[in-house]
Amino acid sequence: MIDQLQRIGRGTLDRLAATGRSGQMLLQSLFVPPAPKEMLPLLIKQLHFVGVLSLVIIFVSGLFIGMVLGLQGYTILVDYGSEQAVGQMVALSLVRELAPVVTALLFAGRAGSAVTAEIGLMKATEQLASYEMIGVDPMRRIIAPRLWAGFISLPLLTMIFAVVGIWGGSLVAVDWLGIYSGSFWANMQASVDFSTDVLNGIVKSLVFGFVVIWIAVFQGYDAVPTSEGISKATTRTVVYSSLAVLGLDFILTAMMFGEI
Amino acid sequence: MQMRTLEIGVGALILAGVISLVTLAINVSGLSLTDRAGGYTIYARFENIGGLTERAKVSLSGVQIGEVSAIRIDSRMLMADVEMRIFSEVDYLSIDSSAQILTAGLLGEKYIGITPGFEEETLQEGSRIEDTQSALVLEELIGKFLFNKVSE
Repeated sequence: MIDQLQRIGRGTLDRLAATGRSGQMLLQSLFVPPAPKEMLPLLIKQLHFVGVLSLVIIFVSGLFIGMVLGLQGYTILVDYGSEQAVGQMVALSLVRELAPVVTALLFAGRAGSAVTAEIGLMKATEQLASYEMIGVDPMRRIIAPRLWAGFISLPLLTMIFAVVGIWGGSLVAVDWLGIYSGSFWANMQASVDFSTDVLNGIVKSLVFGFVVIWIAVFQGYDAVPTSEGISKATTRTVVYSSLAVLGLDFILTAMMFGEI
Repeated sequence: MQMRTLEIGVGALILAGVISLVTLAINVSGLSLTDRAGGYTIYARFENIGGLTERAKVSLSGVQIGEVSAIRIDSRMLMADVEMRIFSEVDYLSIDSSAQILTAGLLGEKYIGITPGFEEETLQEGSRIEDTQSALVLEELIGKFLFNKVSE
């Protein structure tokens, strides 16, 4: 009984300490005097790694999700004789929900896990420590560029996902199932509002990008420096960031669209 | 050389993101760059607006000529006071026009239909449509129908 209580207490304190360390890492890496000359090349390298290399998976999954939405929406709406509304359905569900959430989940799996493994391995092979030895701050050199790269690239990827998805939906609905393209686009434009739908979707993706990359970088930075520790940290990155994205999505949706 | 390919890739990513944003704004949400803020405001009182919302269409013969800009309660008359913004190019609505709350389709959204009148004088900024017809509320209709059945 006492043992169990002790274990619970220790676990809670460990979690609290980890949260504290992650906040400390964030502050130390974000609030540094800017030095664009040396930081920009590092940032570009990371942007290429987490952003550009994720383009293919984002493009392909966006296309297929849009096509599935178009097909499913059509088969349901055709029963009510309102199959023109399929454009509205595809666009609203993509812009508001699917694009930010699915992109963030894919991003956590594709880029987040890689970042965690990379930083974890750097720690295990004592590269981080050697940076400190030669007087280079690893926060600035390793952590900060990765944080910024994730934060910048996820919103871009989300918008690309939404556009590709809508294009996929129009491929199925207009070109394959023969909905009149005028009513497809007109219905969409009449129902999608720029500030409530598009901008809120972008706000969501900004929040998700921040959370996912923060979790990924911190799990790598805080990993136990063994091969087992790195594998655990990588798993934790994917699990924690998926849960955080889905939970935050509910809260953000309730705040943005739940005005009842 | 290696660095240059990275830079080009990142530039392409950012460009694709910006193009996507513009596509979302213009093609998907129909954000128009021309300013429709101009125009004039007219008012109408309704007994029951039954689900009319702000930004609902105001139409003449089915063509949109404006939108509902505000809905409030007239505390003196205890009726709904609807403020509508009419596009400035539509300056030929006569002063005795009437306004009706209509439904698009059987269960669709509510909008306001204007039926033009015959007077020479036209509606101006701040004028009020006196002849209005409330929304069709399904419950009231069923209630009336049942009441008639019972009294038969």
